This record gives sequence, structure tokens and C-alpha cells, in this order.
Amino acid sequence: MFAYYLQLGLRSLRKNPLLTLLMVLAIGCGVAASMTTYSVFRATSNNPIPQKSSQLYVPQIDNWGPDSSKDNKGEPPNAMTYTDAVNLMRDKRAKRQTALYPTAVSIVPADASMLPFRETSYGWYADAFGMFDIPFQYGQGWTAGEDESHASVAVIGKALNEKLFNGGNSVGKNINLNGRDYRIVGVADKWNPEPVFYDVTNTNGFDDPIQVFIPFTRAVELKTPTSGNNNCNHDPGKGWDEWIRSECVWLGFWAELPTKAEADAYRQYLNGYSAEQQRAGRFRWAPNTRLRNVVEWLDYQKVVPQEAKVSLMVSLGFLLICLVNTVGLLLAKFMRRSSEIGVRRALGATRREIYIQFLIEAAAIGLAGGVVGLLLTGLGVMGVSLVFEPDIAKLATLDVSLVLLTVLVAILATVLAAFYPTWRAAQVQPAWQLKSN
Amino acid sequence: MLKMTHLSKVYRTEVVETYALRDFNINVNEGEFVAVTGPSGSGKTTFLTIAGLLETFTGGQYHLDGVEVSNLNDNERSKIRNEKIGFIFQAFNLIPDLNVYDNVEVPLRYRGMKSPERKDRIMNALERVGLASRAKHYPAELSGGQQQRVAIARALAGSPRLLLADEPTGNLDTQMARGVMELLEEIHREGATIVMVTHDPELAARAQRNVHIIDGQVVDLAEDPRFHHAVHSARANSPA
Repeated sequence: MFAYYLQLGLRSLRKNPLLTLLMVLAIGCGVAASMTTYSVFRATSNNPIPQKSSQLYVPQIDNWGPDSSKDNKGEPPNAMTYTDAVNLMRDKRAKRQTALYPTAVSIVPADASMLPFRETSYGWYADAFGMFDIPFQYGQGWTAGEDESHASVAVIGKALNEKLFNGGNSVGKNINLNGRDYRIVGVADKWNPEPVFYDVTNTNGFDDPIQVFIPFTRAVELKTPTSGNNNCNHDPGKGWDEWIRSECVWLGFWAELPTKAEADAYRQYLNGYSAEQQRAGRFRWAPNTRLRNVVEWLDYQKVVPQEAKVSLMVSLGFLLICLVNTVGLLLAKFMRRSSEIGVRRALGATRREIYIQFLIEAAAIGLAGGVVGLLLTGLGVMGVSLVFEPDIAKLATLDVSLVLLTVLVAILATVLAAFYPTWRAAQVQPAWQLKSN
Repeated sequence: MLKMTHLSKVYRTEVVETYALRDFNINVNEGEFVAVTGPSGSGKTTFLTIAGLLETFTGGQYHLDGVEVSNLNDNERSKIRNEKIGFIFQAFNLIPDLNVYDNVEVPLRYRGMKSPERKDRIMNALERVGLASRAKHYPAELSGGQQQRVAIARALAGSPRLLLADEPTGNLDTQMARGVMELLEEIHREGATIVMVTHDPELAARAQRNVHIIDGQVVDLAEDPRFHHAVHSARANSPA
């Protein structure tokens, strides 16, 4: 019967092309608006590392005290001092941990015909590669021993490897960063978590894929300044040594804590560490620490732009208005066929069969609306850059999942809109219809 | 086949109750051809719609083919309509978007019949009413008489035990009406039970039995000499 009802539905759509067009356009526009804004919302609210997002944590330690944190609703600073980061690394209370910070490096290609260029690099610890599940095309990350020895080693990204070594296996070769040679130990395969969860503070969650990673210890040894944010509550003094001893916060920190028990233990450790700092006279306030996993951290950092949320809500409202219009149009369309419904009921159709017939007809309208919506969503996604920042706009893509979702939403929304008109159609009393004829 | 006992149908509004049928009693035997006559508004069509399970009744009992129908749910009523009853309406009630073949197919679809069997039944029914060659035509392309023949074919295709006809010739000219009537008589001779509502004394005279309804009740024809006279005249004038 499904094929029969579909055939009847398509025939009915062809019979009233103007009415059909109005409904298809209403659904298409509503779905396209909501799917376009959803594409942005989806990209910005994406879980960038779902397999481990509940195991990776950002610790925060209040090293500034209540006078400073009160401006931030009592929250500790978003980044960490060098002192705290190094102490946490030394204590190794997590399964894996890393401090990290971004630096700008000048790359001098071995090929003399290529001009030097700048890239953002990250200094972090060997644990980071395993913690963040970074895939490798060639080689691997450096070792903990190389962290300790401040080795001049580097992991480069696939794109940079293409650029410098034509995509070949460059492990063992040197790359010149800021005038110093680093031995390449690994070439990371494509790795571009969105949002850039590991450094939200400096990227606002969105940036180009990072192409150079070097040991944190080596970067610090070379007194390489951060290219990210520095926040100080007092004058840090002059020189690198003063800087790293200061209470300025500029480092990211991640700990891998696979179980809840380990996370709870780490929270206790952070409080214990803060209490220790209090006893030592560095902190003159009670411990104030936080430990947030990836999702909590992205939420706390408000990675999803406010305009993405607002535009999604507005577009869903628009879809609702379109559907209300569709309800009216479907009602008019279905009730014009009261006599047909009466005849079908007289000839043996149950109310359920009338329901099914008209819901399938609505689904056919929804499918057509979905196709129109798909075309408009394609245009909408191309136009996202008119509203959002380029870094965010480029994340909005019409991929297979969005295509399927667009069509599915169009069909489901139309079927939903058809419930009332269909219910009215199924209530048609055959006797009255046939008598009135 | 069809037995109504003390049946009533009341239409209620906030201020008034209108009895369409009251203390209505009728018994139609299997294989009978009964004409139901009466003035406009007497309750003929209400009787027919209740008989066809298109409408519920307020009180009394109705047995159709031995089954008391008052407690049946929508699905059960639909199934009986589909399998046991064929309808022929004054206004034909064909679905304008469907061609002749598809119109005749409608009740068979709801019976869940397979395509080959549907096709056989549809073509047999259309041949019987002389419209097999018009299977691909749409109702708007047919004359009134042809449309009513399609409606009869639609009613016959499901091989119903009871055929309910509401003024089947009401919208037709004399010649077309005669053709439709001859078709009904032929169907009756083949064993179908037919209940036909009509205003036309000539048609009523061609039925085996006449039932007269006035003010929602069956009345004895012997007590209504005017009608008796009309039927007598019609019989005398009708062709042999």
C-alpha cells in the first residue's frame, strides 16, 4: 500500500502545482535557514575528541587570590604560571600530562629557492601525542627522555611535510626553526580538532592546523616567548628569568585521568598543592582550584559564539513559522478532498488508512521541500562568512551528514505539520459527504 | 440479510432533537430487490447510510448478515463495508483524479488483494457494464450514464452480498436511467441483494418489494392509496 499511497500523493501534488510550490518553498526556506545556522552551531559546539573528552582535564589554580578572581566570579585564571606548570609536571600525578604554549617560528627551508616563512608552533611534552591521539604518517612523537634532555627534535604536520619534503618520509632530516636545526622524529597525519580544544585561550577555539611541535623544555631553554596571551596581576619584572618566576599566567596544561576516581584524586592533589603553596607563603588564600574535562572546558570558555546560538534560535523560529503556514496549506489541500475521503471511507478505508495516505502525501511534500532546502542550504553555507568570522565560517560545510539531516528534518517537520490536517481528514464523516453530493 | 428492529436515529442540537428515523423496522431477505420510497426528508437516505454502516444509529438493533453491528469499531465497520456492501450513489461519487480502472480498483486495494486478481476483477466488472474500452478514461471524459456504470462496476468488483443504491438514476436522462436499471435487474437475477432508494415510481415498480418511509417510519403501502395508485400506473405503463 505504501507505493499506492505514494503514487496518490505525487498525483495530488501535480494536481495543484501552485499550492504544492508554496508548501515546498515554505518548507525549503525554513529548513535551509535552520540547517545553515545549524552547520555553524554544529561546528562550533562539536566535541573535538569524543573518544577521550571525558578523560582529558584542564586544571586551574588560583595564584592571584580573591581580589583578582572576584572579577571572574571566583574562578581561577584560565592559564597557568610557569612555576605551577613545572611543579605539576614534576609531580606526575596523572597518567599523562603536558604543559603547552604557542610560539611563532621562522622556518628556513633547505631548498634555497624557497623563502623563509612563519608558522605557529607549540611547545609541549612527549605525553601530548598520546593524550591527544595524534595520528602519525611517519615516525612518532619524541620521548620523555628527550623532554628531559631538552633535545632539539620536532614533529611536523603533513601539510608542512608536503611543502618542505614533497610528502616524503622526512624522519631523521633536519628542519631549521628560528635559525636552529631540529631533527624531525615524526610527521603527524592530518590532525585538526575543531574546536582547537587544547588551546582555547589563545585561539578562541578556531585556528589553522598546527604544523610544528617542539619540546616544551627546549622552547623554554631557548627563552622562546609565547605568541599567545600573557596575563599578569603585577609587573613581572625584566628578563626571561624574572618572567618565568612571575605570577603571570601564560601556559596551558592538560592531564589525562581515565577514571572518575583518578579525576577525584587529582582534584585532591590540586587542593593539596595549593595548600602547600599557601603554607609556603606564596598564596595568602585558601585553595581555589578547578578541574574541567574537554566538554566542560569548552563550555566554560564559551567557545560557541553567542551569534551562533542566537541565529540558530531565530532560524528555528522561522522554521516554526514556515511549518505553521504549511499546516494551513495542508489543511486547505486535504479538506478540499473531503468528498474523496468520504468515498474512500465508504468503500472500506479505515481512519488509519486515511491517516497513512495523507501522511505519506505530506512526506512527499517534505521530501520535495528537503531537496529545495538542500539547494538553499548550499547557498546559505557559502554565505555564512557574511555573518561569522572567517575562522568560524570556514567550518560550516555541507557534508553528507548535513545533507541527510536536511532531508530528514524536512520530511519529519512536514509530517509533523501534517498531523492536524490529517486528523481532520480522517474525521470526515462519509455519510455527510455523500449526502451533500 | 438486513434486519433493523425499533431502530432510531436522532440528530441533536442544543435546542432541538430531530428524529430522522423512529421505531424503524425492516427486514430484507437475501436475494431480494427492495425499493425504498418516500417523500423528500422522510429518512430514506439516512436509512441507507445506516444500512451501509456509513453512519451510526441512536437506538434499536441492526443485524447485517446475522451480525449485530452497533458495537463494531471503525476497523470492523470498514471491513464489512469493504467486503459485503457495494454502494451506488446518485452523484456517482467517482474520484475525479483517478481513471476508470483506478476508480474501480479502490475497494479492492483496501481489501489487500494482489495485483493480478485485482486486474481480473476490474476488467470483468468493466466488461459487465460495457466500459472495458474506457478503462483509461477519466470520469470527466464520460457521460453521466457511463459514470454511473463505472460506479456500478466499482460496486460489483468486490462481489458484495448487499448492493445499496441511492437514487441511482436521479442524475440521468430516461434512456440512461433505463440502461442502469436493466443492469441492476441483471445483477439481482444473478443473486445479489439490492436495496434501492428512489423517488421514481416506475423504478420502484420494477423492484420485487416496495417499502415506503414517511417521517422516519416504514408505513404499510396498503394504507396509502395515492402511492399504491402511482405504483399501479407505473407498472401498467412500463415496457414488458
